[in-house]
Amino acid sequence: MNSFPIIRVITKLLIPYILLFGLYVQFHGDFGPGGGFQAGVIFAAALILYGLVYGLPAVHKVAPPKVIEKLTALGLLVYAGTGLACMLLGGNFLDYDVLNHGILTENHFLPEGQHLGIFLVELGVGITVTAVMTMIFYAFAGRERVTS
Amino acid sequence: MMDLIVIPILALLAATAVTVARIRNLWAAVMFTGIYSFLSASWMLILDAPDVAFTEAAVGAGITTILMLATLSLTPRRHRKSGRLSSEDFEERPSKSPLVPLLIVTITGCALVYGTFDMPHFGDPNAPIQVYPQPSFVEKSQPDMHGLPNVVTAVLASYRGYDTLGETAVIFTAGIAVLLILRKNTDDQGTSESQSVTGENA
Repeated sequence: MNSFPIIRVITKLLIPYILLFGLYVQFHGDFGPGGGFQAGVIFAAALILYGLVYGLPAVHKVAPPKVIEKLTALGLLVYAGTGLACMLLGGNFLDYDVLNHGILTENHFLPEGQHLGIFLVELGVGITVTAVMTMIFYAFAGRERVTS
Repeated sequence: MMDLIVIPILALLAATAVTVARIRNLWAAVMFTGIYSFLSASWMLILDAPDVAFTEAAVGAGITTILMLATLSLTPRRHRKSGRLSSEDFEERPSKSPLVPLLIVTITGCALVYGTFDMPHFGDPNAPIQVYPQPSFVEKSQPDMHGLPNVVTAVLASYRGYDTLGETAVIFTAGIAVLLILRKNTDDQGTSESQSVTGENA
């Protein structure tokens, strides 16, 4: 798309705001509308837009396929790991109340257990959804036309 | 005042749906499904479901449209005589009497409409959906979550956290399955000089 300067410039202007909105939806999800899934697809949409306009090699530099593949699993591990951490701290699986940190929580260094748990879990969902959506786009865009 | 927004959106939704069903150009049909998703997102926003609207706008209007266009650009056009689909391409279908399908559709439609008679009136405060996910969730959520205002997030990520873990696992599994099916066997990512869907060939 080298011959479409308007599209390239507008895309460059738009992408930071899309990414920022994705982060807002992710980290403000417990206070406003949104959450991990919504943030993940918004973030992936920004990556896909970049890939569409600037080509697959360019977006591979920003988000290498190898990293993206590992992130799909990492998100799920963050989620399940939060649950396991609750168990290790003596609670039930995904029972965030045990994540309270005593002094750290009382002095507002860390949020309450429930806040912390929801934050971590939504982060896991966001990572997995971003990575899966981007990976599917890579898989489609990397294929060549079948010669008939 | 709200009708001025609601009625045009619903009318446009219906018009777009009919257009998608009738149009023969596949590229145009994909673009119309994107428009349909965007209108649905606006409609979700009017129904006070902004998080669903986010998802619909990003997935339905954005990512799905791109994936469908990518698929179309990869599909061989062996069956076509010319560049575009024309009515002759569809003559291979067995042309039986349209009466049987029409009858089945009518019966199914009547059954579905009959089923809706049992449903509570729209917005009924005593409807099961307003009563059953226990108002206690809404009441308990504030003290339980130490003042987290978003009850939806509290239910999804905390009360029903185990379900959401399963949903995330489903997304992960689906992504792995797509990767296994679609990825090229020769692992030469990033260096493909050949024609691809994106930028290079435009």
